[in-house]
Amino acid sequence: MFEVIGERINTSRKKVQAAVAERDADYIVDDVKQQLAAGADYIDVNAGARIGHETEDMQWLIDTIQPIATVPLCLDSPDPAVLEMAFQMVEAEPMINSISLETDRLGAMLPFLEGKACKVIALCMDDAGMPASSDDIIGRAVKLVEELNRVGIKTESIYIDPLVQPISTDSNKGVMVLDAVRGIKKNFPEVHITGGLSNISYGLPQRRIINRTFVGLMMDAGMDSAIIDPLDQAIMATIKTADMLLGHDNFCGGYLKGVRSGAIKS
Amino acid sequence: MTDFNAMTEALVECDEDKLFEMVNAALADNVPAGDVLNQGLISGMDIVGEKMENGDMFIPEVLMAAQAMGRCVEILKPLLGEEDAGGGANVLIGTVKGDLHDIGKNLVAMMLESAGMNVHNIGVDIAPEEFIAQIKEKNAQIVCLSALLTTTMPMMKQTVEAIVESGLRDQVKILVGGAPVNQAFADEIGADGFAPDAGSASKIAKALLN
Repeated sequence: MFEVIGERINTSRKKVQAAVAERDADYIVDDVKQQLAAGADYIDVNAGARIGHETEDMQWLIDTIQPIATVPLCLDSPDPAVLEMAFQMVEAEPMINSISLETDRLGAMLPFLEGKACKVIALCMDDAGMPASSDDIIGRAVKLVEELNRVGIKTESIYIDPLVQPISTDSNKGVMVLDAVRGIKKNFPEVHITGGLSNISYGLPQRRIINRTFVGLMMDAGMDSAIIDPLDQAIMATIKTADMLLGHDNFCGGYLKGVRSGAIKS
Repeated sequence: MTDFNAMTEALVECDEDKLFEMVNAALADNVPAGDVLNQGLISGMDIVGEKMENGDMFIPEVLMAAQAMGRCVEILKPLLGEEDAGGGANVLIGTVKGDLHDIGKNLVAMMLESAGMNVHNIGVDIAPEEFIAQIKEKNAQIVCLSALLTTTMPMMKQTVEAIVESGLRDQVKILVGGAPVNQAFADEIGADGFAPDAGSASKIAKALLN
């Protein structure tokens, strides 16, 4: 089944930042409850935007969210010290967002991850920047899996983010990432593929139709998770429908449930 | 009589072959290359930038227009005099240290170049001291800093501070941009300007020079 990582609790969103600054727990609880009701499988928590306050903001957010969270949290920070603190606080096995091949990031994150029970989002980013071809993405994914396996993270706990790039700047960017996902899944059938989707439509009008069409194609290639806004009903409906069409929904149960609840409309 | 309006129109319509033909015809009519560049091409790209800013043109179209202009500039280059070529300001553009994003920055660089500036695109993950060395080397009048991450925004501030400490602050105008950056942040770190998109970047850069 496709796993949705709900991206809304991020202090770079204005309203979330204001709620965090004012310690408005009701706002955060309400938002998380909506994400859960919409079908989020993980709740991403990012406290990075109020510079200098990340540790205490992260701590407060976890304290606020954990009592009502019925799914695990996705701890989102580049700082291993913040992640270590957050990791000690959570009860359910969390997802860590994220590691990459950038030398400093990799060096800081591997000791933190060593021996821990957690899922990990691994970005196909290295010191040279964004990947330039399908093979480049696949090569980086292979390296990430090797590095993570070495510190005890199992392949099935790894969520590779192939880094979707805007098709507006190069008409081949869609095919590039789709081919890469197929290649990664061929190398490691048990690895997960995740990431944001909306980058694909950057610089073009009517972005949501692009994002929705793209998620269906990505799912066919092997994407089985995404970092999205679960309150975007249209994309959630597309994901559920595509999951059914790809044979991941026995007797179309999930689809029919979605239709009856009003979440899926034609 | 060369119809520069028709030329700008062809550019805005991204009609590369038509534009190329018109530029060649103008040169055959002995129209000065500098006039073709300024009145035909650069003013056309100004319109493209404006349309992009207003949401009437989109990145792929802007790229097509820039490609069309680039092909024409290639044939104009050998014909341009010192005064035509030297007209543009020296601009330095790069993504700050710790940040590897380059798509938006490259679009801005392209728009500034299309506006007739001498753009030195020095890449991503650029340390403050490297910006300073390059300002001196390229004798830059404008420095454009890009950051795409909330975690690298503080590096923008550090870069501006380093430019102040180096004593070069009065020589350069500093323009900042990138998804998490806004006017308030630009003011806070003491930058001279903020460009919300590639379309407005060249307009703002020109305004800073005047």
